[in-house]
Amino acid sequence: MSQSMRTPLLFGFVAVLFLLEGTTSAWIFSGSWNTALGILNMALISAIMALGVNLQWGYAGLFNVGIMGFVALGGLATVLVSLPPTPGAWTAGGGPRILLALVLGAATVVAAVLVQSRMPKGRARALSTLVILVGGFFVYRWVFDGGVGVVEAIKPANFGNIGGINPGGPDGFRDWGIITLLAWPLGGALAAGAAWVIGKTALGLRSDYLAIATLGIAEIIISVLKNEDWLARGVKNVIGLPRPVPYEIDLQNSASFVERAASFGLDATTGSTIYVKLAYMVLFTLVLLALLWLAERALKSPWGRMMRAIRDNETAAEAMGKDVTARHLQIFILGSAICGIAGAMMTTLDSQLTPGAYQPLRFTFLIWVMVIIGGSGNNFGSILGAFLIWWLWVQVEPLGLWLTQILTSGLADDNWFRVAMQDSAAHMRLFTMGLALLLVLRFSPRGLIPEK
Amino acid sequence: MDFLNGLVVLANFVLIPATSYGAQLALGALGVTLIYGILRFSNFAHGDTMAFGTTMTILITWWFQSMGISFGPLPTALLALPFGILATGLLLVGTDRAVYRFYRRKKAAPVILVIVSVGVMFIMNGIVRFIIGVGDQNFSDGERFIISARDFKEMTGLAEGLAVRTTQVLTIVVAVIVVAALFWFLNKTRTGKSMRAFSDNEDLALLSGINPERVVMVTWLIVASLATVAGVLYGLDKSFKPFTYFQLLLPIFASAVVGGLGNPLGAIAGGFVVAFSEVTVTYAWKKVLGYWLPESLAPDGLVQLMSTDYKFAVSFAILIIVLLFKPTGLFKGQSV
Repeated sequence: MSQSMRTPLLFGFVAVLFLLEGTTSAWIFSGSWNTALGILNMALISAIMALGVNLQWGYAGLFNVGIMGFVALGGLATVLVSLPPTPGAWTAGGGPRILLALVLGAATVVAAVLVQSRMPKGRARALSTLVILVGGFFVYRWVFDGGVGVVEAIKPANFGNIGGINPGGPDGFRDWGIITLLAWPLGGALAAGAAWVIGKTALGLRSDYLAIATLGIAEIIISVLKNEDWLARGVKNVIGLPRPVPYEIDLQNSASFVERAASFGLDATTGSTIYVKLAYMVLFTLVLLALLWLAERALKSPWGRMMRAIRDNETAAEAMGKDVTARHLQIFILGSAICGIAGAMMTTLDSQLTPGAYQPLRFTFLIWVMVIIGGSGNNFGSILGAFLIWWLWVQVEPLGLWLTQILTSGLADDNWFRVAMQDSAAHMRLFTMGLALLLVLRFSPRGLIPEK
Repeated sequence: MDFLNGLVVLANFVLIPATSYGAQLALGALGVTLIYGILRFSNFAHGDTMAFGTTMTILITWWFQSMGISFGPLPTALLALPFGILATGLLLVGTDRAVYRFYRRKKAAPVILVIVSVGVMFIMNGIVRFIIGVGDQNFSDGERFIISARDFKEMTGLAEGLAVRTTQVLTIVVAVIVVAALFWFLNKTRTGKSMRAFSDNEDLALLSGINPERVVMVTWLIVASLATVAGVLYGLDKSFKPFTYFQLLLPIFASAVVGGLGNPLGAIAGGFVVAFSEVTVTYAWKKVLGYWLPESLAPDGLVQLMSTDYKFAVSFAILIIVLLFKPTGLFKGQSV
């Protein structure tokens, strides 16, 4: 089958899966539009992450296993933008002190780097680097700890963090939900910054090193989010973030909306939840389409051809005068920024940041499965993979239950095998994802929609 | 006296725990480095291989315990260890046949093998959770302490106690035996020499008639033993939880890279470097410094450089420093 026919057919198949989810409650489907749209919104976000990973892996052959960290940084951006500044955090001197400490910390690192690059090699250089780093660390900690102490003492049950930049203030910040949209590009910028640091150190070495370094930075970003309470309340979580779409409760209280919902045959509750999900869907689709357009334009430009040339033969590309490491760094930053944008969008959708919920399996490896199964090197493939795999990820549990019921239907209700199988349906996700990844890599390494 | 007291505190909270943790990391890093040397990829499934080996050992330990078999003052898990190694060896050789061999024959790029190992990691993780669940398992039995804190105080008359747990000493003893056996095998036996030859120069090794499939199989079996021993020792010392074992990947990789990927001696050194840095950086030095410094200089704060929650950051920082300044590691590894 030619690819021009295959792409629409596969997308059509996925569309049918989502339609069935909304319309019928037979087999494993729920028959609720609410669920269907919920899955779809997450699939759209996953598709954006998959675009970012495809940029890195499909265009440039970079193996990034730290997607979770970049996604979490995006989430942090949402908190830092959408919340109002916590009353007292800035006036009592805590916030400025923390900022000063961060500047001092950065200055220490810059000074150490300058010493390394300017001074002649030798014992004097090593010694002065060490003195700068150790001294800088203690000064930084002294300034920083004082600031953190002030900020975290502010009503720790409700706040204890510096808050964000929402101009609405503690009472009116929910009316400024639209400002959350600003967090999306900021999330991308934060992720890009982290990617720059990682890329600077690990790129240009063996490909495995990038994988190990990204794995590490992701774990560290999550532990920073969990432990730095002044930043986003740590494991105390931030809930009730303002959002750019209307609240269900406001919709339900508006007479004209209830009337409109009724004209579709929906009661106010269902109507309002579906309306909100549709609003998010429109926003996410716009972002996805914009990024897809950019990615496609880039792929078809001389830059995209250069990237693929580097991927396919680094030595030849280098001989043609291309700076391989610099180009890798560039695309690594771009791809990570896209993951950061998606992370900010996800936190906006959830209206909360729960650092404990970031699991590498769900936010790193699942995205990889999406890209590889969909078709690495092909943006449409990655998007298809995201929709299909996210749908499967949600449905694999009912599917597993259904399978075990069929497999064990001949056995008595209390048969040990039957009980064990039913209990473990929850663990089938991991197993299924791993198996799917291995099977695709082995038998169809180019994915469902291969690179042209 | 103050100096001795400080030393005892230091030994109790830093030196002994760091040494046993270092031994566990070294065993884990040896597995990673061997695979890197022979098969030339970073095995992301190594943490979950350790978890699988430990799971098997725990199951057999429970079975032994239910039959009333015990190992006197030592943990029963030591008796179950060979069976755990056997099961893990079968799993790894089976995985190699079913998964890795195909890519080896195709001479696939290392990064493809890394991705494949991620797939294997998923599956092993699923199997482990399927068998034993996601919760904490404590399977240590036998004598808990060799010297308890109170006995030590009575013996020496010092104000501070030194507790030496059986599992800590056991870890170090077993690690020494395993490492000695491994180096004897690599340096003295024919198979071990062929492995080293294969690692140094694959083409030359093939030319001189070394059977690559055999080398690879032996490697997986050795890796299975190392991973199971490392996993069981870690589990005895702390406790067994599948997710913790996945997270061990980072310090293990850091150890292997610090020492130089592909270099067994480096892996051992790296394990101790990482373990000691992690423990010293996250330890609150208040008590030790209180003993060692004159009263006027005694610190008010905890003198903890980083909170224990950031222990992964330590491995990571070490990794970054090595990559920046000496990408081949302290001992010359193979890779740049």
